[in-house]
Amino acid sequence: MSIIEVNNLTKYYGKARGIVDVSFSVDEGEIYGFIGPNGAGKSTTIRLFCSLIYPTSGQAKILGKDCIQHGPEIRHEVGYLPSEVFYYEGMKVLDLLKYSASFYKKDCTKRMYELSEIMELDLKRRIDDLSYGNKKKVGIVQGLLHQPKVILLDEPTSGLDPLMQKKFFELIKEENEKGATVFFSSHILGEVQKICSRVAIIKEGSIINIQDIKSLQKDNYKKIRVEAAELDETRFNVAGVNNLEKENGVVQFFYKGDINVITKLISAQKVADVSIEEPTLEEIFMHYYE
Amino acid sequence: MNIYKHEFKMHIRSVVTWSASLALMIFIFMSLFTSLAIDAELMNEMLAQFPEELLIAFGMTNLDWTSVLGYYSFIFLFCQLILAIQAGNYGFGLVSVEERELTADFLLAKPVKRSSILTSKFLAALTGLTVTNAVVWVSSILAVNLYRGERTYEAKPLFLLLLSIIIFQLVFFSVGLLISLLVKRVRSVTPYAMALAFGTYVLSAFGSMLGDAKLEKLTPFQHFEPNYIIANAAYNTPLVLISVALIVVSVTGSYLLYQKRNIPTPV
Repeated sequence: MSIIEVNNLTKYYGKARGIVDVSFSVDEGEIYGFIGPNGAGKSTTIRLFCSLIYPTSGQAKILGKDCIQHGPEIRHEVGYLPSEVFYYEGMKVLDLLKYSASFYKKDCTKRMYELSEIMELDLKRRIDDLSYGNKKKVGIVQGLLHQPKVILLDEPTSGLDPLMQKKFFELIKEENEKGATVFFSSHILGEVQKICSRVAIIKEGSIINIQDIKSLQKDNYKKIRVEAAELDETRFNVAGVNNLEKENGVVQFFYKGDINVITKLISAQKVADVSIEEPTLEEIFMHYYE
Repeated sequence: MNIYKHEFKMHIRSVVTWSASLALMIFIFMSLFTSLAIDAELMNEMLAQFPEELLIAFGMTNLDWTSVLGYYSFIFLFCQLILAIQAGNYGFGLVSVEERELTADFLLAKPVKRSSILTSKFLAALTGLTVTNAVVWVSSILAVNLYRGERTYEAKPLFLLLLSIIIFQLVFFSVGLLISLLVKRVRSVTPYAMALAFGTYVLSAFGSMLGDAKLEKLTPFQHFEPNYIIANAAYNTPLVLISVALIVVSVTGSYLLYQKRNIPTPV
């Protein structure tokens, strides 16, 4: 069963593009990645799910119900973590969390304290005094305290230190194992690869690819850079090499395939420097999806 | 109910500040009455020297310095100005404050209808305004009786003045709310509220200066002109109805706009 179903969803802000003709569906129990550079329309999509904004055309359904018509009903089962964190002036963390819990019919107190402890959140502090990362933690706890069936995360890890990120991922996996469906937006390919089963890639408002994480990893390109005094770049003209460039004695290219082929080619020469790294998301966009 | 409580808590400090300032102003001004009334002749002579436009602008043309209510109506004009700024403030800020402080994404993602959110917020702000209103009632009646000396006054015009406050507040509150929903973003609430209050006040002042009836009809300061109410012991009913119409239109419009509003992304 599809938990989230998006059909030809389009949103324009006046003349400015938000998203155009976006369609995809998220199955029950999935952790679905939603990846794209800044301004691609990730937040627009999630905000449409929460009916914070209204679509120009098309439809989004959560748990089989239209997001606009059944908004309040759906939002009982949805936990949303906005990308930008908020505060109410002068409010303490505990008061905000209690306020958040007061919107749900069930008693969320126990889970609220559990989550705060996992995220090491100081409940007595005022929200205005918190650092960005700590406000983000407040956002996480308020989004999860009612044990939602659907979790919408909009760039949740920004501002969290690596240790907290790890805890956060564990938390999300745990919720997922308990049955929650997770929609995870990010601009960092690495973190999506770590946790998601499928990803949709969005660029300039349109979905350009939906892939299994496994097949995405098979497609794993490497960015290879070789620096040498005298280097004949034509040597690297083998199958799997893309976008070969040479500049000031540095050869750079993308490679997909058996890495041993390349390392042999490199080791056959006298090189000054070699680096093999993951391409950034922007590079993936630039080179493979144009 | 939870939103109402939360909203009211957010208002408390501001309500106390506005109410206390109003009470203080009423008492200070009224305390001057005794000495001013004794020198009423002198006062009238002095005011006669002033340019008439100025007197009109401050509603001091028909002012009788020897009567308690005459003097009180002069103070009441300033009360109105302050009440207008406060009410405008709450109106402009009611929804926009959430969008500015990024809390709209928090609140609107909760399982509540937008109309219930607006109603709760509306009632919370209205409670705040009513508290201020009550403070004005109490301090006015106390101050008038405390400083009237041997002079007497009629209760009816005073009550009519005080009764007008709630409608007066609602006009500025609902118009402020409507404007805040018509624009894409309200960056800061106070300048808007000040502009609305002073704008309509100046319009009222200049309207009477020019004797232009069209302008008068637009501003609540004319709809509830203290001089008129004191002198006639009655409201200028057609004008009051304009205020009521403004409230109805603004509130209806606000509900419609808020239901359809695209909450801007926090920047």
